Amino acid sequence: MMNSKPSWQAGLALVLCAVAMATVPILTAEATAPMSSGMTSLVVGLIALPAVASFAMFSGLASAAVLFVGAHGAAWLLISGIAGNEGTARMPYFLLLAAAWLLAWRCVAVLSAIRPVSTQVRTLLRLLIPAIFGAWILIIWEAVTRGAGVPFILLPPPSAIAARIGNSLPILLADVRQTIFKAVLFGYIVGCASGFAVAILADRVPFLRKGLLPIGNMVSALPIIGVAPIMVIWFGFEWQSKAAVVIIMTFFPMLVNTVAGLAASGHMERDLMRTYASNYWQTLFKLRLPAAAPFIFNALKINSTLALIGAIVAEFFGTPIVGMGFRISTEIGRMNVDMVWAEIAVAALAGSVFYGVVALIERATTFWHPSVRGGRA
Amino acid sequence: MLMTVNQATATSVDQNAVVEARKLGLTFQTNDGPVRALADVDLTINKGEFVSFIGPSGCGKTTFLRVIADLEQPTEGKISINGMTPEQAREARAYGYVFQAAALFPWRTIESNVGLPLEIIGLSKAEQQERIKRTMDLVNLSGFEKKYPWQLSGGMQQRASIARALAFDADLLLMDEPFGALDEIVRDHLNEQLLRLWRQTNKTICFVTHSIPEAVYLSTRIVVMSPRPGRVTDVIESTLPTERPLDIRESPEFLAIAARVRDGLRAGHSYED
Repeated sequence: MMNSKPSWQAGLALVLCAVAMATVPILTAEATAPMSSGMTSLVVGLIALPAVASFAMFSGLASAAVLFVGAHGAAWLLISGIAGNEGTARMPYFLLLAAAWLLAWRCVAVLSAIRPVSTQVRTLLRLLIPAIFGAWILIIWEAVTRGAGVPFILLPPPSAIAARIGNSLPILLADVRQTIFKAVLFGYIVGCASGFAVAILADRVPFLRKGLLPIGNMVSALPIIGVAPIMVIWFGFEWQSKAAVVIIMTFFPMLVNTVAGLAASGHMERDLMRTYASNYWQTLFKLRLPAAAPFIFNALKINSTLALIGAIVAEFFGTPIVGMGFRISTEIGRMNVDMVWAEIAVAALAGSVFYGVVALIERATTFWHPSVRGGRA
Repeated sequence: MLMTVNQATATSVDQNAVVEARKLGLTFQTNDGPVRALADVDLTINKGEFVSFIGPSGCGKTTFLRVIADLEQPTEGKISINGMTPEQAREARAYGYVFQAAALFPWRTIESNVGLPLEIIGLSKAEQQERIKRTMDLVNLSGFEKKYPWQLSGGMQQRASIARALAFDADLLLMDEPFGALDEIVRDHLNEQLLRLWRQTNKTICFVTHSIPEAVYLSTRIVVMSPRPGRVTDVIESTLPTERPLDIRESPEFLAIAARVRDGLRAGHSYED
């Protein structure tokens, strides 16, 4: 098996362990609950043993499992050891953290090299690899902010953000309802639908195509920061003014993409429809719109993120006392950065889910497109 | 000119004409000035004929086919299809057209690709099913109804596109180098099937090609064309029997016709460029 050969990650991890052992203690003297030397040895052992073991010639899966346990065991000990000792970590602490991270890297590398036969295992691996990747971003964030004592205002550790999310669920839920389920969804649907309808209209009526597209271009260049307060004056403080901002933001990408998509069908296919004496609408529905679907889904995906940004930023300019943008702007003023980060986390999650749902629908609808079926033209 | 108008209602011989072109010409306006794609084409194609158009590229053979199909409009002369103008003929769905590529819609299964013209015409679901089945059988594609075009080989895709052109039972079939992109063996096979299909259905076929053996093997009449401007230089009646096994291509009769086509092509070819 190629998976269990000596690797530079494991080698470097061993070197880092050796340097860390030579420069103990891992916490400064001010630490209120210093880590025992037994604990330190355990961390070093959890890193060094799997690193050495991964050199042995056994299967990739076993090697990955040993590396996984070692890396995450060591990381867990390092993070729990810093509790109560925030800001007292010395260099060996970070060396051991880096060594554990290298093991996790090696683990992911071994896992990616595995070519499983069964589809279940393949699906599991496809989820596991990015999960390990993401977990390590949080682990390093947590260990570094607490180990080095990064000021809370500057960057709170993820555990504090998670605690804030857990304690403020009702507020977050109300904000999500206000911003996403009202402003974003309404604005997104109306903006996309009107962009699509205008694109069809411009396609049907040539003078609109020549007149509307340049104006649409100008609308897309409008700065959202400038438009949002005007919309508040026009449509009031409630969610309608935010929806209006979202409509303005999502309209143009849909218009441009649909117009481009309608031109995407080939000459031969259009000639074919002409030989059948097919009328405008038949050609539109049977040929041009299906051919435009990849373009339209592109716009839907772009707009799913644009809509969220638009609604949150628009809430900075006057809003009732609920909404994600409102919360961010007020809590940052009160130095409650953990709440700001909690809103950011919720927005990121909501945005990803939104994008993911659109992408799933796209895969089901444009299954025939070479980019989806991944193969021959 | 008066002749063409009368022909639709006149003698029984004239009623036999499917395509009639008189002094037909077409000039494209391009950025580099006008290009005469067709000039002085006089041709009558009768019902049940298999006519091949052969010539070097740029000789207007595809353009002529496109004029019949009302995909291009002539700038000189007259042309009538079944006694109608090309536009009327197209509106009446008088012909099926097979393009150089299969041009199947990738989001439709093979059967719904074949059924596309039937949907546009507005036939009932039952009628559509019946015709799809019949034409799929005709081109030997039964069993592939639920496949998508990209799951089929190039030869099968082209057969599906022929089935689509046959599905709505037009008497005239226009084929523009349909087998040009296929390899020799697949091409032989499809040529054989096309001949069988033509005998079974008794359709009139106009077939554009640049392969001499293909033209001679398939046709009852071969129209040789030459470029700049595109015009007809020779029309050769085939003396081959209707029943044509593939090895007829080694017979002296076949080779004689092929030689005449080659001579015609050479005579019409200009060596200036």
